[in-house]
Amino acid sequence: MNVLIRLTRHRSARVGLVCLALIFGMAAFAPWLAPEGYDDQDLMIRLQPPSSEHPLGTDQLGRQLTSRIIWGARISLQIAFLATGIGLVIGSALGLTAGFYGGKLDRFIMGLMDVLLAFPGILLALAVVAVLGPGLYNVMIAVGISGIPRFARLVRGSTLSVREKEYIEAQHALGARDLGILIKHILPNIIGPIIVLATLRVGTSIMQAAGVSFLGLGAQPPLPDWGGMVSQGRHLLRSEWWVGIFPGVAILICVFGFNLLGDGVRDALDPRVRIAKKGQGPKEEAATPS
Amino acid sequence: MFEYAMRKIVNAIPILIGVSILVFLLVHLTPGDPARILAGPEAYEEDIAAIRERLGLNDPIHVQYWRFISSAVRLDFGRSFRTQRPVTQDILMRFPNTLQLAMVAITWSVIFGVGIGVYAGVRPNSIGDSLSMGAALVGVSAPSFWKGLLLMLIFAYLLGWLPASGMGESFFSADGLKRMIMPAITLGTGTAAVMARMTRSSMLEVLNQDYIRTARSKGLSERNVVYRHALRNALIPVVTLIGLQLGVLMGGAVITEQVFAWPGVGTLVINGINARDYPMVQACILLIATIFVVVNLLVDLTYSLIDPRIRYN
Repeated sequence: MNVLIRLTRHRSARVGLVCLALIFGMAAFAPWLAPEGYDDQDLMIRLQPPSSEHPLGTDQLGRQLTSRIIWGARISLQIAFLATGIGLVIGSALGLTAGFYGGKLDRFIMGLMDVLLAFPGILLALAVVAVLGPGLYNVMIAVGISGIPRFARLVRGSTLSVREKEYIEAQHALGARDLGILIKHILPNIIGPIIVLATLRVGTSIMQAAGVSFLGLGAQPPLPDWGGMVSQGRHLLRSEWWVGIFPGVAILICVFGFNLLGDGVRDALDPRVRIAKKGQGPKEEAATPS
Repeated sequence: MFEYAMRKIVNAIPILIGVSILVFLLVHLTPGDPARILAGPEAYEEDIAAIRERLGLNDPIHVQYWRFISSAVRLDFGRSFRTQRPVTQDILMRFPNTLQLAMVAITWSVIFGVGIGVYAGVRPNSIGDSLSMGAALVGVSAPSFWKGLLLMLIFAYLLGWLPASGMGESFFSADGLKRMIMPAITLGTGTAAVMARMTRSSMLEVLNQDYIRTARSKGLSERNVVYRHALRNALIPVVTLIGLQLGVLMGGAVITEQVFAWPGVGTLVINGINARDYPMVQACILLIATIFVVVNLLVDLTYSLIDPRIRYN
């Protein structure tokens, strides 16, 4: 509870929450907020500039960009949470196993993670999409896989620091099963950094998925994927700039919101920040590697 | 130092082998028959069988891997399914363009990012600090392809100052330099933002150390304290980041090159994926991942030279 209070008092977290409230609101109330469906075409109003009638303009098929961006929030959040979830669940399971058992299993798992980390994030996602083929769900899997080694590394490190504690030894002495110790005693004690990474990864996932979609390998038309929408607008940039620029603003607001929230969550969970003197900021980390 | 360097090099070898296995498996995990793709949709079964035989796809998988890796170390990745030219030839033609773009991007982003980070770090919680860190966070949060299009809209289409896309004849010509500006800014903005955040935090940490208090109590000027004593130590973690970011930039170039029609390796990767040109995709991904591993190795070694404590950990 204290953490939640600290989070709501954190200035940047509050700004992040406002950005995210906007995006989540768009996703949740899309049927009521969006003037039209995401694929409602009217060729009579093709490529209309922003005006009171068409707030963000229309695209080459006469679809309202406002509606498509609002509906697109659902797709972006879906990709972001599922992709982050894949990385979180698989990466944490691998990290817990490696850290808890150590030895050859640890070396094998972490060796595999090092191999995955040798690919820059977007490239790994592209390699997976090359195997699975383009599409919304394949992008989620691809982006999710690129997140696995980051969670595994973090969780393994945290597990190593916790597994030698007396209360874990006590559980061993009481004859508790390994799985029980991992889930009931180790995981709750390392959950803080996992939550921080997960919050920051949501932003990264949105960015990576948008990048893959921009390259034409993500969600396929007519789905209103923001990255794909920017891609469709790039050839119209000279004369109809709004088609490609506005969906990018939506991506920016969403990722910015998650990054600010991630910073806030990290500060709220870090006891060192609470006791730090004013002016002696917390350790900054790269919120979203490009 | 020699022992440390050898240990690091030996550690990198299994990673490189792992990378090569994953890249090799790319073709085998993909649904569909590469021979059928190469033969085309109207090919006879006999032709497909002949191609399978020629590519060695009927051999056991470990034999195929051995053939792949032994050719790869000789920089022979076969012929492109799409252009029928040797893959290495295409890559050698394009790779210098990607490298040039990444080097210019990393150079400006380090100078700019470290500068902003120092500026913010020496005046924490000031308006300048908040503004520069806010801008850095926006820089990290904006997708690179969108930043590229925004730059293109403003500087190429609205103001007409810079050419919209393509690469000049030579980097050292006025046209070449002009064409480099927008792709390098697009590619490097995220890195500059990460550098700025890291440098600021590192500066804050160092400025609070006892030896800085000692330097101040000796009566040294603030300029001397910041630049001679604090910055040099604050830059140690930033060095690691430079290496990591160079790898990120090589990956990020895939997108930037598409935005600006930059004829680099990234464009080859995307064209390769779209055309299911597996030899090309394999070679490009292997190249970028290998550079990433080697750069990280070099960073580790440089880091241990700058901070000898690392070697003893």
